[in-house]
Amino acid sequence: MSAVENAAPLAPPRAPSALAAVKRHPLAAVAALVLAAIVVAAVFAPWVGTVDPTALAPARRLAAASAEHWLGTDHLGRDVWSRMVYGARVSVTVGVAVAVLSIVVGLFVGLFTGFIRWLDPIVMRIMDGLMAIPGILLAIALVSVSGASMVTVIFAITVPEVPRVVRLVRSVVLSVREEPYVEAAVSVGTPLPLILWRHVVPNCVPPLIVQATYITASAMLTEAILSFLGAGTPPIIPSWGNMVAEARLLFQIAPWNLLFPGIALAVTILAVNVLGDALRDRLDPKLAKRVGR
Amino acid sequence: MTGKPVLSIRNLSVALPEGADRRHAVENVSFDVDPGEIVCVVGESGSGKSVTAFSVMGLLPPGELKPVQGEILLEGENVLTASPQRLRDLRGTRMAMIFQEPATALNPVMTVGQQIDEVLRIHTGLPPAERKAKVIGVLDAMHLPDPAGAYDKYPHQMSGGQRQRVMIAAAMALDPAILIADEPTTALDVTTQAQILTLIKEMQERRGTGVLFITHDFGVVAEIADKVVVMRQGSVVESGPAGAIFENPREDYTRMLISSVPSLDPPAREPAQGPVAVESIGLVKRYGGGGWFAKKGEGFLAVKGVDLSVRRGETLGVVGESGSGKSTVARCIVRLIDPTEGAVRLAGTDIAKLSTRGLRPYRRRIQIVFQDPYRSLNPRRTVGASIIEGPMNFGLPKAEATARARNLMGLVGLKPDALERYPHQFSGGQRQRLAIARALAMEPDVIIADEAVSALDVSVQKQVLELLDRVKREFDLALLFITHDLRVAAQICDRIMVMQRGEVVEAGPTRAMFRAPKHPYTAALLAAAPGRGFGETVAA
Amino acid sequence: MPFLIIQRLLSTIPVLLVVAVVVFLMLRVSGDPAAILAGDTATSEQIEAVRVALGLDRPVWEQFLGWIVQVLRGDLGESLFTGLPVTTLIGQRIEPTAMLALTTIVFSVLVAVPLGVLAAWRANTWVDRAVMVFAVLGFSVPVFVLGYFLMYAFSISLRWLPVQGYTSPFVDFGAFLRQIILPTLTLSCIYIALIARITRASVMEVLNEDYIRTARAKGQIERIVLFRHALKNAAVPIVTVIGLGVALLIGGVVVTESVFNIPGLGRLVVDAITRRDYPIIQGLILFFAFIYVMLNLMIDLTYAALDPRIRY
Repeated sequence: MSAVENAAPLAPPRAPSALAAVKRHPLAAVAALVLAAIVVAAVFAPWVGTVDPTALAPARRLAAASAEHWLGTDHLGRDVWSRMVYGARVSVTVGVAVAVLSIVVGLFVGLFTGFIRWLDPIVMRIMDGLMAIPGILLAIALVSVSGASMVTVIFAITVPEVPRVVRLVRSVVLSVREEPYVEAAVSVGTPLPLILWRHVVPNCVPPLIVQATYITASAMLTEAILSFLGAGTPPIIPSWGNMVAEARLLFQIAPWNLLFPGIALAVTILAVNVLGDALRDRLDPKLAKRVGR
Repeated sequence: MTGKPVLSIRNLSVALPEGADRRHAVENVSFDVDPGEIVCVVGESGSGKSVTAFSVMGLLPPGELKPVQGEILLEGENVLTASPQRLRDLRGTRMAMIFQEPATALNPVMTVGQQIDEVLRIHTGLPPAERKAKVIGVLDAMHLPDPAGAYDKYPHQMSGGQRQRVMIAAAMALDPAILIADEPTTALDVTTQAQILTLIKEMQERRGTGVLFITHDFGVVAEIADKVVVMRQGSVVESGPAGAIFENPREDYTRMLISSVPSLDPPAREPAQGPVAVESIGLVKRYGGGGWFAKKGEGFLAVKGVDLSVRRGETLGVVGESGSGKSTVARCIVRLIDPTEGAVRLAGTDIAKLSTRGLRPYRRRIQIVFQDPYRSLNPRRTVGASIIEGPMNFGLPKAEATARARNLMGLVGLKPDALERYPHQFSGGQRQRLAIARALAMEPDVIIADEAVSALDVSVQKQVLELLDRVKREFDLALLFITHDLRVAAQICDRIMVMQRGEVVEAGPTRAMFRAPKHPYTAALLAAAPGRGFGETVAA
Repeated sequence: MPFLIIQRLLSTIPVLLVVAVVVFLMLRVSGDPAAILAGDTATSEQIEAVRVALGLDRPVWEQFLGWIVQVLRGDLGESLFTGLPVTTLIGQRIEPTAMLALTTIVFSVLVAVPLGVLAAWRANTWVDRAVMVFAVLGFSVPVFVLGYFLMYAFSISLRWLPVQGYTSPFVDFGAFLRQIILPTLTLSCIYIALIARITRASVMEVLNEDYIRTARAKGQIERIVLFRHALKNAAVPIVTVIGLGVALLIGGVVVTESVFNIPGLGRLVVDAITRRDYPIIQGLILFFAFIYVMLNLMIDLTYAALDPRIRY
């Protein structure tokens, strides 16, 4: 078979009908539904059968599930269902904010590192250094020096994610830069910013969409771990991580208090990951190799 | 040659998966290979010639292609109905195969010796010492220099030709009845190709092996075939003894294929009289070196001081094998890479050292058409957007740029509505026309064609060459034509420069050079061109 | 070869320097380091005293140089809480963490590589799908949730294994084994998922290579095609991910030790967070980053053995 025969023509992505997408990836459709439900619950938290999640009721500590308290109460008598719903706000906010921030910063840095030769070694050494610091430890340290707040947590989780995005974008840029159609654009006098915008950025979009979902999942996980270790969102704001942390002391007596937020966390992250895998299969089958997951 | 055929294919049909553009990859194919006979299956891409070869070995991709009819008799035994175990026993012992790309067909992490030894380990009970002696013997029979030393080498430490010899050694180790060769010389340089063809011929003559040789190149067919099978879109068009096919083809398609092969005898051409459009003086390109640890002057010299000039209305061919530096010269002249030393004079200015900004006004005057038609247009943008990008960079309003693009579509033989479509909707030849239109849209003085027809089938190649020649004359362009293919160069170039290892070894008018080469390397290149003489007889 | 090792060692210097700068700046960009180090209840005189004692009144570059020289001498400072040198504390706590990391890496590689090869070989069958579902699960279930779940199932309900704690293998090997099983399982999950995925992806890619077809054309049996031809060629990305995954592992260790009450470096971090003992946090970040860089350097050096084409 000659070279031409083997070269599969690259079709531009076309929007498939929603129904066809559901048929091809039933699992991804379920994941999308679950996520939609969680986001809706987080946004409309006060109207989904919740009470004040911080209201103490020492008289009704560790109550079992009932009509009044759907998932029972915790060791301070607070309503577990309400705390779970409000806790979703933390996970969703952190996940989305970290994904958006790290993609924006990483795209910008990666584009210019890939095209400006003298910048490349400097930026890449800095990224190597950041990647050498275990992400969770870096986040722990950042939160503990600057005090626990939502903004700090988001910033602290974003910093270790950025190098991975930079590397991904840079690898796309380096391979696209060699493409004859980019060289053709150079030879017809297209200036660098336009080449980046017209020919390079569109090639970064599919892998970045996929990467964004993975970052969302990993940010939710890190946020939960930070809260669990006591270096996350302030204890006054209910989050799934600090619910687990508080429940662990009474784990042998009331395991459900730990189980419910734990399951919520696992299901949410699972849904994001399943969606990410489906997007990867659809948009960027080669990504599995590039980012090693 | 008579006797029982070693391989007999009877009414073979191979089904394509559902949703393909046709139902069968191969349909009702029948032919025989006798012992000691070379049968060439020749056809353009999509003809099903490779699928036929892989069917014999039982190596079709499972789940995609499936033989649905007919039989393949290997020494009388039908391999299509053989058990997987039996098939494995036959592979390497009675039938063996070599592939197009010896660089990827060998396992990069195993030594050459281990890979040939593997055949003996699978199929014989010989003790290790005897196996090693036999492997070295086979390597020797392939005329590899220092066969004992070659045993412990890894594939990346060898040249392309040596790797293909190793592949043949592994295939021939157990003296199979039939050797299947799938485009075994397509990836090789012309001089190496000639040596490998000689080797295959030698194997067939000495050992009486039947050879099933798949190729797209009629030159190669003329060189080695005893019998020819012409295929098109999955079916056999005609078959017969090589002499009969060449001298008296029955079918129009065969005649068209043979006449599309450019002749090695260049037509007489008037020397061009136009002004010099572009020239390079002492062009040098060095890769690597100059790092922190490298001494000054280290690195790889790809181009060592090349002088060339092209006049308007003239086609200059730069001919050379891989590694000769011919494409590097082209890329330096367009300033896709920066030359290390030397000057490139375009419209009276040296552009070799201009800054990105200073270079911009000159970008318009010199345009390039690349080799790979599948990658030279952005797959995510319409063809029209790609073509008007350049003129709009230089301030042409969109409406005017689009009008220009529509005119150009007619010129390159496509409909104007092609502009709204995406590259994947076009064939390779059509895309190359689009790439030429994109270059012309800039109204350049110079066009560089860097192996622009090498990836195309011969029939398409001929049309694109005619198009290039026509636009050169119509727009009075200077055309710098980079190629490894002497036949193509003979047909289109007024003058030719032959390059070897970064240097120009000979330059002169095409006809004179082809008839009386002065430099031994030029002579060797011409002598190695497969099927010498066959083009002339057809043309006459 | 010695030249190669020296060259690679030198190349880690800029990376470690970046780590040092980040760790150093962390305390300084987020407010007044003297106030942070003196603690929440300190008076302004106490803060001033800390400032002078630690040289925080000098220019930043001078502070950095002084600090780097200290670190290079192996001095990571002293704990604010106990006053003990950080290096001593690391020495006391390193064994349980090293043991847990070792059992996890060995167990994960032994499970994940065969799983990945199997999934690649049987791509798009139920075997493949099962492995991939497990891999997604492994990425999604938080370490502490899995830890408590396993503890609940095997220690509290079934009472097969001890709930928490750690015994040195040099003291009582049986007790060590029983106590290390659950933490190892917990920590391995995400690591297995990671390695199985990359093994599958790279073996699958190699299986499409021409030389696999060549091996089959020679009549080779599938098992040898898979393990001798495919796996060896897929080894470099797999080994790379095993090395990079150690970063994930370090995060997991902190949580796992906290869940199973193992007195290792992870617990040292958690205790330091609650006591706001910054020198310990700083020291441990430097320590872990150093281990990570050295480990990946060693992995880099094995490439040449895995692939003859790689010569530095």
